[in-house]
Formats: sequence, structure tokens, C-alpha cells
Amino acid sequence: MDILTWTYILVGISFSIYIGIAIYTRAGSTKEFYTAGGGVSPLANGMATAADWMSAASFLSMAGIIAFSGYDGSVYIMGWTGGYVLLALLLAPYLRKFGKFTVPDFVGDRYYSNKARVVAVFCALFISFTYVAGQMRGVGIVFSRYLEVDINTGVIIGMCIVFFYAVLGGMKGITYTQVAQYCVLIFAFMVPAIFVSIQLTGNPIPQLGLGGTVEDGTYLLDKLDGILVDLGFNAYTSGQKSMTDVFAITLALMVGTAGLPHVIVRFFTVPRVKDARLSAGYALVFIAILYTTAPAVAAFGIYNALNTVADQPVNQMPEWVGNWQQTNLISINDVNQDGVVQYTPDPVTNEMVIDKDIMVLAAPEIARLPNWVVGLVAAGGLAAALSTAAGLLLVISTAVSRDLCRTFIPTMTEKRELWIARIAAAAAVGIAGYFGVNPPGFVAEVVAFAFGLAAASFFPVIIMGIFSTRMNKEGAIAGMISGLVFTLGYIIYFKFGAGLFGLSDEAVSADNWWFGISPEGIGSLGMIINLGVCYVVSMLTPPPPQHVQEIIQEIRIPRGAGRAHDH
Amino acid sequence: MDVASRKKYWKKNIKILLSLLAVWFLVSFGFGILLVDQLNQIQMGGFKLGFWFAQQGAIYFFVLLIFIYVVRMNMLDREFNVNEE
Repeated sequence: MDILTWTYILVGISFSIYIGIAIYTRAGSTKEFYTAGGGVSPLANGMATAADWMSAASFLSMAGIIAFSGYDGSVYIMGWTGGYVLLALLLAPYLRKFGKFTVPDFVGDRYYSNKARVVAVFCALFISFTYVAGQMRGVGIVFSRYLEVDINTGVIIGMCIVFFYAVLGGMKGITYTQVAQYCVLIFAFMVPAIFVSIQLTGNPIPQLGLGGTVEDGTYLLDKLDGILVDLGFNAYTSGQKSMTDVFAITLALMVGTAGLPHVIVRFFTVPRVKDARLSAGYALVFIAILYTTAPAVAAFGIYNALNTVADQPVNQMPEWVGNWQQTNLISINDVNQDGVVQYTPDPVTNEMVIDKDIMVLAAPEIARLPNWVVGLVAAGGLAAALSTAAGLLLVISTAVSRDLCRTFIPTMTEKRELWIARIAAAAAVGIAGYFGVNPPGFVAEVVAFAFGLAAASFFPVIIMGIFSTRMNKEGAIAGMISGLVFTLGYIIYFKFGAGLFGLSDEAVSADNWWFGISPEGIGSLGMIINLGVCYVVSMLTPPPPQHVQEIIQEIRIPRGAGRAHDH
Repeated sequence: MDVASRKKYWKKNIKILLSLLAVWFLVSFGFGILLVDQLNQIQMGGFKLGFWFAQQGAIYFFVLLIFIYVVRMNMLDREFNVNEE
């Protein structure tokens, strides 16, 4: 069977499973819609969290980014996993004990202020919309490459699927679909990785294969360093970014991860505080399987590409190069007309441009794996994008129905709230789809916002809310706003300053970064500013009232978390 | 639960947190970033040690840290009789 048939079969099967689960587990109450009734087992929740967290970017782009940046790519590897330690130790158990439904819920109650709640809602909406637009685009790309439909048709099909199970099923539906999606995506990521590892290094475990030897007996990484240095690039195992910047980006990504509302909210769905702790551990295990494999996929991919394309005759390119040239994800242009492909760091003489997304998408073809593996990768990419999109849509709909409508119309019936949640989810799907069809040119840049904002706004305020009994609403609001304004301002200045305010290229160049910290890493400085401001302001204003002190004492003790529904 | 044992429970909790977070910092920011050049002088199989920590090793430690945390906290909860059924 050809690739297209296999892809249709595998994507079709996986989609029917998701829809079947959604119908079987649809939500009946707001509690089920928001937090699946709090009755999800820690293992299932860990798997769902992993699928929720690993987006199209983790599945499709990350290995490619590492392949082209080598050691510098470590910021994503450590940054997007280390956050789970913070989540497990500092947030998840206490927020589970708190026992409400959303992050703005916690901020609003702990800081006894609807102003604080509204600031938190704004952050949650901004972060989630930023993310979801990228996911929809990812769905469109996979559809257009593998199913040979128009990219916009792909986005619309994706919207219908997500609409169906997010709007109908709420958190309960999403949780069990995400469990299925995790299984699909991890299988799809590992199968080609294992095959390629065996081909290149003879070791079936990619994590070990990365440290293995290639045909001529030299270590893969040493060989890769050698090839790249010969071509005029930096060695693979050493980076180009400054140490300060690597430090700042890693910190911002870790703290940002721990502050992302769609990740935090997953820990509200387990029955007990101890389950929340354990569940974070399971989540990281499931995430680690992909994240420890990705660096291997990256190194194998770039090694294969360099070996089969660089310095080879233009008319003898392997078949996959031709296939992917049609999608513009790889382009070869024999600038100096010598009939050989030169790969160099200088854009003037370089003759091969490879898009980072190709490393995972094309890996099965590069390694000449059977056609069903190619179809599997397509299904995996869709699972990764859809599971994250659904989690984000839920945060958006909850923010609107619960954090906004419920706060200002407290007399609303539960049935009505559930309807508002569903309408909000439907509207969010529509908006996300619009951005998928008409992607703003700056999607990649905006991701820096999402993490920066989560790091500079949510994280410090939640931490202080748990670990300090003195932190009051004045401190929290001042802290959130100053962290937010500083981080936004810095990113806008350096990322969009030239376009928006006509600043000179020199003014926005890397030479002017504060302490050499790039906009991607500035969230870590924003977080420190937030903490500093909150501390000073809270010391100058009255301590929180007695009932808030009691909330804090209560969330610190595990026993007595709200009872959960059985499923 | 009386105020004194509440305080004691919380203090022990913080101690566990800080010791685990110290390891968290050491394996990622320490070995993977700040000391990466020094550790890269050490070869472990096909890996330079610093590079290994940055791209694989730190994650294994992260997983381990969370499970140690789970076990330690469950013990602490039982000790202070605040565990859940």
C-alpha cells in the first residue's frame, strides 16, 4: 500500500477512537466539565498531562531545532522538563488541596480580590490563545503534507474534531482522549527513532545510540562535531549562545512551564493531594520518554542529512529530497553552478536550506522505513497538536464561563454556566481556526510571550500565595502587573520595535540586550522583578485578613481534600 | 492539628523541598550550564559529560527527584497523621 492510503487508514482509526471516547465520557455537570469530577487516576492523569503538554512544537519542531543548534537546543530539553519538578514540589499538591477549578480561582480567592482575578484571567486567555493558534497551524501542515488536502481544509477538519470532543466532553472527555492521544504520539515518535538508531549505531535504544559509534567506529557525536567544524559551523556539542542567555532561557522556560494554566489545571482532576504529587511524577516519566529521545533524533537526522546531501552531486539527490522540495521544507539551489551541493554557514554560498520541521516528518523517508511508519508519524503529529489544542480551549472556556461570568453573575444556575462554557469553547475553536487559516506572521515570536508571561505573572504570585502568609492583594497585583509590563515591554521592544516604532536595527540588536539576555529568556528577570515588587509592596500594606490566613493553613495540610466522583 | 505540630510539619516540608531543589539546580543549571565546559573534558562513552547532562542526564534526575519527593512526603504525612485514606 502507498503512503497516502496508510496515512488515511491510521489517521482515520485514531480519529474514530478519539470521537468514540468523547461520546462515552461526555460531561454532565460543571465539575465534570472543568475538572473531570476530580476522579481521574494519577497514572491516567499523568498520561493526559503529557499529551496536553507536548504540542505540535515538541513533536514536530523540537528535534529539528536541536539538530540545527546542537548544545544550544538544551534550553528546550531542560527547560520544558525541569518545570515539572517545580510543579510537583511547589504547586500541584497545594492547588489540589485548594480544590477549586482554575488558576484565576486560586488567585482571586487567595488574594481576596476580583481585580487580581481579572488580571489572572487576562493572562490565562492571552497565554492560551497564543498557543492554540500555533496548534491549529500544525494540524493544517500535517494534513496538507500527508493527506494532500488544502492547508485550510486541514485546519477546518481539525477544528471540527476538537470542537466535537472539547465542547461535548469538557475536561472528562478531554482527559480520556488525551490518554489515547499520548499512546498514539509516543508510539509514532519512538518507532522511527528506534529504526534509525539501529541503522546508524546498531543500538535499538536511541538514548544510548546517541552515545554510540557509527560505521567507521568513531563516536557519532565526535564525528558530527568533526563534520560541522570542517564545513565551518560550530561543533555540535558546544553552543553559540552566551552562558547567561542559556541560563536565563532555561529558567524562563522551566518557570513558565510551571505557570501554564492548561498544565496546572490538570492537577485539579485527581482525587487526592498525594495523587497530585504522584501524577506529576508520572507525567514527567511520560514526557521524558519523548524528551530524552528527541536529542537522538536530532543528531541522527542532521548526520543523515549531512551525509546524504552535503557535498553530493545535485543530480544524485536521494528521493526524499525531491518529495520535500515540493512542500518548500527543503530547498537546494546550486548557486555556484558546480553541480555539487555546498552546505555552509554563510547564506551567500550556502546551497541547502532545510526547515527544522523536516527532521521528524521526513525521518522515516530518509531512513527508508516502510510506508506505514510515515502514516504513523502523521497520526502522531495530529495527536500532539489536537491534544494540546483541546486542553487550551478548555482553559479559555473555563476562564470565560467561570472566572468572568460566575464572578460577576453569582446567581447563575449550573446548567446555564455549563452552556456558557460550551459556547465559549465553540467560539474559541472558531477564533483558533481563524488564526490557523490566517496565521499571524509572528507565531514563533509570540511563543516567547506565552512563557515569559506565565513566568513573570502567574508563577511568583502562586508560589507566594502558598509559601508566604504575609503576601497580600496589594503585593500580588503590583507584582503581577510589574512583571507583566516589564516582560511585555522588553519583548515588544526587541522583537517588534523595528516594525512598530520604526526603531533602528542597531537599537534592537542583540548588543543592547540587558545582561545579554534575549527576549526568550527575559521572563526570568520579569519573575525576579515580580517577586521583588510583591515583597516590598506587601510589607508596606496591611497583612491579609484572618479568613485568608486560614485558607493558607488549610492548603498546606494534605488531609481533607474535597471528595471526588467515581467514573 | 495544633499550631505547634502544624509549624513543625511545615518546617520539615520546606527542608525536604530545599534539599531536592538544590539537586534540581545542580544537575541542570550547575552541570548542564555553568560547569558544562569543565565537565565536557570528561568523556563518558560517546558523550561529553556536560553535554550529556544538558541533553539527557538532567531529565533522569528530575524524574528521580519527583519520586523521592512523593515517598518522603507520604512518610512525613503519616508521621504527622495528616495523610489521606
